[in-house]
Amino acid sequence: MSSQYKYWKPFVGPFDPCKPIRVKSYATPPQLYITFQPVGLQQFETPHQALMHGTLWPQLYSPYPDPIKGGTSSA
Amino acid sequence: MYYYEKKLQYPVRVSTCNPMLAKFLIEQYGGADGELAAALRYMNQRYTIPDKVIGVLNDIATEELSHLEMIATMVYKLTKDATPEQMKAAGLGDHYVNHDRALFYHNASGVPWTASYIQAKGDPIADLYEDIAAEEKARATYQWIIDLSDDPDLNDGLKFLREREIVHSLRFREAVEILKEEQGKKRFF
Amino acid sequence: MPKQIPPEYYQCLEELQAIDFVLVELNLYLNTHPHDFEAIKQFNETAQRSMQLKVEFEKRFGPLMHFGRSYSNYPWNIDDSPWPWQV
Repeated sequence: MSSQYKYWKPFVGPFDPCKPIRVKSYATPPQLYITFQPVGLQQFETPHQALMHGTLWPQLYSPYPDPIKGGTSSA
Repeated sequence: MYYYEKKLQYPVRVSTCNPMLAKFLIEQYGGADGELAAALRYMNQRYTIPDKVIGVLNDIATEELSHLEMIATMVYKLTKDATPEQMKAAGLGDHYVNHDRALFYHNASGVPWTASYIQAKGDPIADLYEDIAAEEKARATYQWIIDLSDDPDLNDGLKFLREREIVHSLRFREAVEILKEEQGKKRFF
Repeated sequence: MPKQIPPEYYQCLEELQAIDFVLVELNLYLNTHPHDFEAIKQFNETAQRSMQLKVEFEKRFGPLMHFGRSYSNYPWNIDDSPWPWQV
């Protein structure tokens, strides 16, 4: 499965007044990598699990905030 | 025709009386990339799209109406019984003057909803690309609202709605693939 | 007179929401995958399960739908059950 977040380091100017965010990120959720959903994709085990995740298929699930960085504001 | 069912698509909870979050959330009610715009956009495009993908537009439009109802429920609960002072402190003084605690189809800055938020070009590819973009913009808006919100129950519902944008985006992308397909050929998976 | 909502209401409602969510997902999927036999089978089985759950739910908590999609008791009770944004 493709990574769901990408990171980049923006230019930090000497006169930027706000505390610089050294690493910024953006979401690249799974639909970007699936041209056409294949038949027979594995499903969540119960309808309740599907409802809680917002999709029937674990491979379409996208967590937010980024579970690795835990939010967008940290430097 | 439409039938109404007395249940939300997803169990909506909010933890606290918090009119400021309602002010942010109204973006997804009457904003450019909100649920009203989404439902009306797809519902209107379905008449002139090729038959093979009418169902995609029809059914996603219908689901968007249930998302509109979820957003309305969140806004309603966040402001129910809020005092005029609380409304004012949350930046909703001008809303209160005009609407009391009634919901209104406007965005987070109070700009009323307008039909120019939605497009219907009649060209199937142009329309479906608009729809894909609309889903990604709605997904981003949910992200920014989650960033501003400290209400875990509200965020639970917002994460569900964000995930739905992802699934809808995939279905619209598949609709494009169906329309691109050479006629007379069969699709293999 | 304030409506009383029994605690089981929420559990039964969530069960219904979960089953109906599977139906929404399968429906959207089948719109672009009309030849997936297994998914159609799952859709039809889930639709039947949803209908059974709704019959049980309405018996306990009142009608879910208007315009003749649910039955009414006497007196008219279609709008007695709680509205979704109130619960």
